[in-house]
Amino acid sequence: MSILVFAEHDNKSLKADTLKTVAAAQAIDGDIHILVAGSNCADVATEAAKVNGVSKVLVADNAAYEHQLAENISLLVTELAADYDYILATALTTGKNFMPRVAALLDVAQISDIIAVESADTFVRPIYAGNAIATVQSLDSKKVITVRSTGFDPVATDGNAEVVTIDSVQDAGISSHVSDEISKSERPDLGAANIVISGGRGMQNGENFALLEGIADKLGAAIGASRAAVDAGFVPNDMQVGQTGKIVAPNLYIAVGISGAIQHLAGMKDSKVIVAINKDPEAPIFQVADYGLVADLFDALPELESKL
Amino acid sequence: MKILVPIKRVIDYNVKVRVKADHSDVDLANVKMSLNPFCEIAVEEAVRLKEAGTATEIVVVSIGNKSCQEQLRTALALGADRAIQIDTEEKLESINVAKLLQKVVEEEQPQLIILGKQSIDSDNNQTGQMLAALTGMPQGTFASNVAVEGDKVNVTREVDSGLQTVALNLPAIVTTDLRLNEPRYAKLPDIMKAKRKPLDVKPAADFGINLAPRSNVIKVTPPAERQAGIVVSSIDELVEKLKNEAKVIS
Repeated sequence: MSILVFAEHDNKSLKADTLKTVAAAQAIDGDIHILVAGSNCADVATEAAKVNGVSKVLVADNAAYEHQLAENISLLVTELAADYDYILATALTTGKNFMPRVAALLDVAQISDIIAVESADTFVRPIYAGNAIATVQSLDSKKVITVRSTGFDPVATDGNAEVVTIDSVQDAGISSHVSDEISKSERPDLGAANIVISGGRGMQNGENFALLEGIADKLGAAIGASRAAVDAGFVPNDMQVGQTGKIVAPNLYIAVGISGAIQHLAGMKDSKVIVAINKDPEAPIFQVADYGLVADLFDALPELESKL
Repeated sequence: MKILVPIKRVIDYNVKVRVKADHSDVDLANVKMSLNPFCEIAVEEAVRLKEAGTATEIVVVSIGNKSCQEQLRTALALGADRAIQIDTEEKLESINVAKLLQKVVEEEQPQLIILGKQSIDSDNNQTGQMLAALTGMPQGTFASNVAVEGDKVNVTREVDSGLQTVALNLPAIVTTDLRLNEPRYAKLPDIMKAKRKPLDVKPAADFGINLAPRSNVIKVTPPAERQAGIVVSSIDELVEKLKNEAKVIS
């Protein structure tokens, strides 16, 4: 069997989540190739060649792939798919965007967000905001799958794969990139951080998120937020943890001023240790927290920072 | 322009679902059902485009049995002009939903199709993209802003690193993210008026599409329960537990 893994990257470096998607590919078992599609992405290809368990890196380096527009990438991947039994991508916004398009072009279903591989055709995925876990057997000959990175451990990077250049240029010519507005952060990536501290509506405003920063700096943590905090404009949407935001599973998740709605829990309840700081002892977050502290966050946060 | 909005009837987002004892599926008997929250946002966006004079007609479509007419009527009360129910008792996968919608698109020829980014039951996040592939249209997924300008639509998308704006040739497909808008509530007179708006029922079998399932659900189980936690009385105790008991900080 042959497996094509789509590499997540920003044209400069390979995203660590790709290492987890390769782990899922290894669990399926087959000859694994990585596709690096981008523009001026030679460094990414070099990194991808070091990923363990990968025998070949395909590099499609062209301006048409710079922003990984779904219309263009899906045509490229569909063309390559002729040689593969499985197409895998990480369930991040890029993969979620183009992979269903690939599946439809191949006339197969897509299995979204798998968290485990049970056998070569059977996969495990959460449904209903993670309140049920479905085991699904695919009947399609070609399998198009997105992988939830919190379900797999990253593979090592001491491999040495062959790098092959792909000349095919697919430009559908129906969409174009206009602009990016990238959130700048010196902190670890939310999806990859070992420790995450998140604020909710209880933070009251955006300025108060500064109370989380000192703690995050001391712990080397990423800062997240609930939907309520994002909707209220306290912080940008890329900080949202939840069913429709980012799914995280750090070693330690600290929820501050977050009630614990079903949709938020969907994004963090696989964290190893959960701490909740909330002044409402009835808040549902306490039902999933390993350690709960019933306290006003404006008293608790400065004290916590001073004691770390 | 004409806008098509495919919508889905799903379990209400506030309901805590229960898995059936035989692990065949979740239990939907006597559970409150609603319009999928992302579909509500899609309807709202279409209505706003009509109010702004950009859109002339809004057609909503839903695939399911007679009960999804309730959600179609909701959309009509919110401002859609007419509705189509594609009648089937089957629980269809996204690829088959997209194929049925492709036929509706061929018939209706909308300039813009707005869908929710995902339904909160299957959490697939596929249908809009698949419909885009089948119709050959460009797609603006996870939209937080939609601006129609001449024969193009500029869509600002919520991506992992922030926001990305793309320009799409019309006709195009947009899928809504939470931040796109805040849906309105249907007013009582509008709910009454919605009862008289046209609602066509078309059997799914009439579309001549092979809707055979592409997967078997082997089992549905509840997620692993977390061990009950403890309530600590002070920050000192919390820090001590995290260091010495959980060993997650040093």
